[in-house]
Amino acid sequence: MKRKHKRLTFAGIGLGLLAVAAALVLTAFEDSIVFFHSPTDVADGKVEIDRRIRLGGLVETGSVQKQADAVTAFRITDGANVVSVTYTGILPDLFREGQGVVTEGRLMGEQFVAEEVLAKHDENYMPPEVADALKKSGRWQEGSDKQHPADIPVTTKDSYK
Amino acid sequence: MLNYFANPRRFMKLSGILTPWMAGATLILAGAGLYLGLFASPADYQQGETVRIMYVHVPAAWMALFCYTGLAISAAVGLIWKHPVADVAARASAPIGACFTFLALFTGALWGKPMWGTWWVWDARLTSMLVLFFLYLGYMALNSAFDDPQRGTKASAILAMVGFVNVPIIKFSVDWWNTLHQPASILRMDGPTIHPDMLWPLFLMIGAATTYYLWVLMLRMRRDLTEGRVRARRQIQAEEAGA
Amino acid sequence: MDTISKFLEMGGYAGYVWPSYLAVFGLLGVLLWLSLRGLKAAETDLAQLEGPDGKAARRQASPAADGAPDT
Repeated sequence: MKRKHKRLTFAGIGLGLLAVAAALVLTAFEDSIVFFHSPTDVADGKVEIDRRIRLGGLVETGSVQKQADAVTAFRITDGANVVSVTYTGILPDLFREGQGVVTEGRLMGEQFVAEEVLAKHDENYMPPEVADALKKSGRWQEGSDKQHPADIPVTTKDSYK
Repeated sequence: MLNYFANPRRFMKLSGILTPWMAGATLILAGAGLYLGLFASPADYQQGETVRIMYVHVPAAWMALFCYTGLAISAAVGLIWKHPVADVAARASAPIGACFTFLALFTGALWGKPMWGTWWVWDARLTSMLVLFFLYLGYMALNSAFDDPQRGTKASAILAMVGFVNVPIIKFSVDWWNTLHQPASILRMDGPTIHPDMLWPLFLMIGAATTYYLWVLMLRMRRDLTEGRVRARRQIQAEEAGA
Repeated sequence: MDTISKFLEMGGYAGYVWPSYLAVFGLLGVLLWLSLRGLKAAETDLAQLEGPDGKAARRQASPAADGAPDT
């Protein structure tokens, strides 16, 4: 009985210390665990110029311009700040205005030159008809998480195929 | 309660009754989940038909964490209270959890390529999931690395408990840091953000994965305990022959 | 016929959707088969050891499980 309690205390203290250590390490490495920076980080000068970084946010509505030679120009916003981006190449299927995006490249002055563009979608899943109905009624728009599809009554079950 | 289930004989009796039920539940849940997931559920408004990968990806990822939690608890119970069945349960959980973790990573890559535009990124969620896979492999290697199986059980149990810090890191990585992976859709404060028509096949498949785990877990534990009896009998025979 | 090929196409994402399902059901199937086979082998070994006088042998063996197959 005595030894059992000793082992239990030992394991408890060990795990507690381990959790503290893990928390400290993760806090210390916070900057490198962050997968991308926001336009606000850029505006605050937290991002190193001429170094390869990732910049993420929403593609600003109305900002996408397809230029010649597969060049696309668009702006990334986080609601507070905006950064202009150019990218040469094929965009992922989910790249759309108002959608999340993570780009990798270099900041050249005010302009971010992306070498890679990844789409970051939101955590909402619903049938297209429901999304359309929600957008039409103005209760929800892409890129906002004010409205959850689960709150919406099921509409048409037989119209999927 | 712990003492009750720690008796190998009682476990064999109970698992003998439960195993066929788990098998039946797995087949029924997976059948219903597959029907709803592949035929009767809609495509997603932005991800199209690739949303169907969710019905295998999310259960695999969920089971990767669930199996590890079961493994770590069993290992702790085995280490602290010296219950033999707990050690057997921990050892039997590891390969199942490793398979689920691999499948979560594999189906995630197949989903990430068409939707995100990449098979793999080193963001916090994906990286911590890869660490989980290596924890499973490390546990299995350490468990069988010693000539004295007791020492292997002890060493691997400590690894399993230490590695448990990774489980909350995986779960909350999408909230704590910027990741390419989207935040949680099911287990969140304000309820799921998945349309009910897609949530049902997902729940059925998660249920099927859970009963599959319990089914295979009991099969593997029964094998371990039976092999233990075979070894004990062989030893008795050898002693009788020697005497 | 048209609906079947349309279903198999998965909106152009067949190359991602079907390998996912194949991997999941394939790997889990193999793991289940290995686990079943291992249990059967262990049970056969035990039955052989206990032999025709299994009952008598069992009494003096450890009071552990009965090892009866569940099918």
